[in-house]
Formats: sequence, C-alpha cells, structure tokens
Amino acid sequence: MPGASPAKGSSEVAASEAPILELRGVEKRFGSGLVALAGIDLDVAQGEFLSLLGPSGCGKSTLLRIVAGLAAASAGSCRLRLDGAPGRIGFVFQDPTLMPWSTVAGNVMLPFRLGAGGGAGSGAAGARERVRAAIAAVGLAGFEEAYPHQLSGGMRMRVSIARALVTDPALLLLDEPFAALDEITRLQLNDDLLRLWEERRPTVLFVTHSVFESVYLSTRIAVLSGRPGRIAADLPVALARPRSRATRMSPDYAALCERVSATLAEAMAGAMGGAMAGAMGGAMGGAA
Amino acid sequence: MNPFWLRALAPAAIGLLFLALWQVAVRLAAVPVYILPAPSDIATSLWVDGPSLLGSLLVTLRITLAALAAAALLGGLIALGFSLSRVVEVSLFPYAVILQVTPIVAIAPLIIIWVRTPFLALLVCAWIVAFFPIVSNTTVGLNSADRNLLALFRLYGASRWQVLWRLRVPTALPYFFAGLRISGGLALIGAVVAEFVAGTGGAETGLAYRILEAGYRLAIPRLFAALFLLSATGIAIYLVLDQLSRRLLRHWHESAASEEED
Repeated sequence: MPGASPAKGSSEVAASEAPILELRGVEKRFGSGLVALAGIDLDVAQGEFLSLLGPSGCGKSTLLRIVAGLAAASAGSCRLRLDGAPGRIGFVFQDPTLMPWSTVAGNVMLPFRLGAGGGAGSGAAGARERVRAAIAAVGLAGFEEAYPHQLSGGMRMRVSIARALVTDPALLLLDEPFAALDEITRLQLNDDLLRLWEERRPTVLFVTHSVFESVYLSTRIAVLSGRPGRIAADLPVALARPRSRATRMSPDYAALCERVSATLAEAMAGAMGGAMAGAMGGAMGGAA
Repeated sequence: MNPFWLRALAPAAIGLLFLALWQVAVRLAAVPVYILPAPSDIATSLWVDGPSLLGSLLVTLRITLAALAAAALLGGLIALGFSLSRVVEVSLFPYAVILQVTPIVAIAPLIIIWVRTPFLALLVCAWIVAFFPIVSNTTVGLNSADRNLLALFRLYGASRWQVLWRLRVPTALPYFFAGLRISGGLALIGAVVAEFVAGTGGAETGLAYRILEAGYRLAIPRLFAALFLLSATGIAIYLVLDQLSRRLLRHWHESAASEEED
C-alpha cells in the first residue's frame, strides 16, 4: 500500500495533514502506585520515523504498548487514524519473539494465519508470495525452511522484522529491537531498517536508549525523562537522506548527537529533581 | 574414547562384573537356590519358563499401554480444560492431587469390587497412578506461553481458539512429553500393584501374579526371571517414549537438541 500514502516522495511531511497518532495527556499508573508515564502529548505524522529516546525504565516501552492497544492508559487519550483491521500495526519486540516450533516462513506467515492482513488467508497464493517477498526484503531468502534455533541472533531479529512488515502496516512499532545485538549486526540492521522504511514509508515509532541510533535513523526524536516518563524535548533531525555509513562520519551527525546527548542528560538531571513533583502530580491525577 | 561408547560400555561392564561376583559368591557360599539363586539359575529359568512368562508379560503390558494411552488422552484433555478456565482449574486441581496421593494399594480392592470386568478394573488402577504427571506438566506448559507472543497474537486479532492451538498447545508439547515419560513407568507400576491386589488367576494371568505364585512355591529363580522381564519392560517403555519425544521435538526444543548437533 505504499502508493496510497500521501507522504510518498517527500521526506518532510505536510504539517496540515492530520497526524496518524495523537496522544493527549497519556498517563500510566501501575497497581503498585508507580507512575510510569505522566502527561504525554505527542503527535506523529504519516510517514515519520520518530524515535522515543530515554533511559531504561522511563516508560517508553509502556508507551509503545499503549499505542499498540496492548495496554490501557490510566488517563488521557490515544487516537490512531487507522482503519481498525488487524495487521495495520506491526510490532517488533526486544527479543525476536519467534515460535521455535515453526520455520522462518511459518513465523512470517503468522499474521495471515491469524486472519490479519486484509483476509489474505494463509492458504492463498498471495499470502505465500508476500511472505516470500518479506523474507527476501530482510535478506533471508533461502532460509524459509530454517528453524529459529538454527539462526543467529541478528537473523532471528530479521525474521521478526519480516513478520512485522508482511502485512504492510501503516504503523510500525519497534521496542529496542537491536539492544541485545552486537555492534556490527546492529549497524547492519540499522541500515536495513532505513532502507525498508525508505521503500515502504510506514510511520515508525522506534524505542531506543542509544543516542547514535536515534539520530541516524529518525526524522524526529522525542526525548523522555525518567520516572515518571514525560517528553522532555522534541527535536527534528534534519540530516540529508538517504543516510549511509558516510552520514555517521559527517560533522552534522556528530553535532546532532552531541545536542541530543546534552538534551538527554538535562532531561535525566531534571527528572531527579522533578521525581517528587511528578509523583505528587500523579497522586493528584489519581484523586481527580 | 567416544562418549557414546563410554556411556554404553561403562554401565554394561559394571553390570557384568556385578553378575560375575554374584555368581561366584552364591556358588562359594553354597547359598540354597530358594534363598538366592545364582544368575545362571535365573537365566535357565528365563529360558525354560520364558514362553509362559512372556504370555503373562503380554497381559500386563496390555493393561500398562491401555492405561498409558488413557492417561495421555484424558490427562491432556483435563489439562486443556484447566487452561481454558481458571475457575475449573482452581476447583478441580486439588482433587487430582488427592487422587494422586492416595495409595493405590489402599483403593485397588474397592475398584476391583466396583468395576466388574477384571481388565477394566486393573486399567482404572493403573490409570489413577499414571495420569497425574501428565495433567500437572501439561497444565504448566499450557500456561507457559511467551508473553510477547501472546501480545502479538492479540495484536493480530487471534481468537481464543487460535491462541490455544497455535500457541499454548505447541508450547505445552515438551512439558506433555516430560510427563508422559514419567507416566510410562508409573503405568507399569500401577498395573503390577493392581494385579497384586486383584490376584486374578486363570486365563488372564499377568506377570505380577506369576511373581506372587513363584514366591508361594519358592520358585525363586522364576520370581527373579519375572522381575527381570518387568524391569526390561519398564526400560523399554521409557526408551520408546524418549525416542518419540525426541523425534517430534527435534526441530526446535532444547531437550531434543543434542541429536540435532552434528
């Protein structure tokens, strides 16, 4: 469905267009009283690649689960401008989360088997062709019949990405997908993810705690402060596209990384002082 | 030495050494055969009484295998029922435990009174002993599905049924087989205990009854021969179930992975 996307062909998205995702005052409190997220306001435009950058435990994964509908917000609203059909959202977890009893092809076929992806059906030749194409797109052609335990960590993550992409989702959610991989594999997968995004242009929400990764990949970075998580800064990334290994060596890239690092450090320092106030605010929000 | 051969030959050597010592000790001390027969006496008895003992073994084996099949089927179904409803699990699980901890020797006479068909009575006794490991293991397995995979199934709009068949049941399979391997041995023990209590003679004479009978008649070599057949059967059942489990899980589960490595 890339042809249907109005954002196609322009890396800067028209501001007038209604955002695909609208978060207003989203809060998450857990039963233990822990306030994970407080007052998150965020608009994401069609075709954006937005990184949610923050320290561990700042609630960025929780935010992703709320967007996916896997967790409910305690307060606030989360509005998605998608038709509700399953398969319009793709999700990649930190672990590859594959079914070990199923082959690569079987794992990538899963969304269709469960009835997602516009009722393509698992038996349909169309579905099989899309599975083959998705596996090829992540560079695993020829491994269709392999089992997950026969693959390396990076290859498993590729399968996970292929599964998320096979339904051609309008919104792709990635929860620190490369955090557990070695540096070499990680850089390679960064490039592959960028290429796939350029080709298909889904809207991407990418959770990470790596400054370098977020600057390299994103069109925009939302910096979250910790406990409770709130958006401390919202920075556009105006690096030229397409990005490549050369981008990582450019002075612009270095300058941006430095700026984002400083913002992140500020946010974390602010969070230390603001933690008490945040907790108070959360408690008052609970009383209201 | 190749580790496989070490694993096979070392126990065999110990066994042979043990048998040789036994033979020599019995002969030297001139122990009467009705106290402790020498291995050669047992071997002779195994040769002479072999055909009739094998017939009895078949009777016991039939009960064992039927009980194991019933335990696998009903145990699996009970576990499925437990996984579908937390209320059902919480209400019924304690009774499964009660059935498990009640000594089968104590309730076997009742079952034999209540169930008129001897074969069926023995089957019920063996089943009671064998079903619990399958129920308890499979229940744990059905509840062990990966949380992120569960989330993914939800995201793609999977029905309860799809979650059960495509996720919970495959996850539970290795647990089920672990239970089955334990139940295989237990089914044999259950069948033997039930035969002891029932003492059914006549045409359908199981191996347990032959052991009792040999004891009464002081035919101790035959008793040992029957015992040997029982142990061998138990080992064979375990090996078959182990192979079955390895074969079915070899593509993906750690418990069967050593065979995959080459």
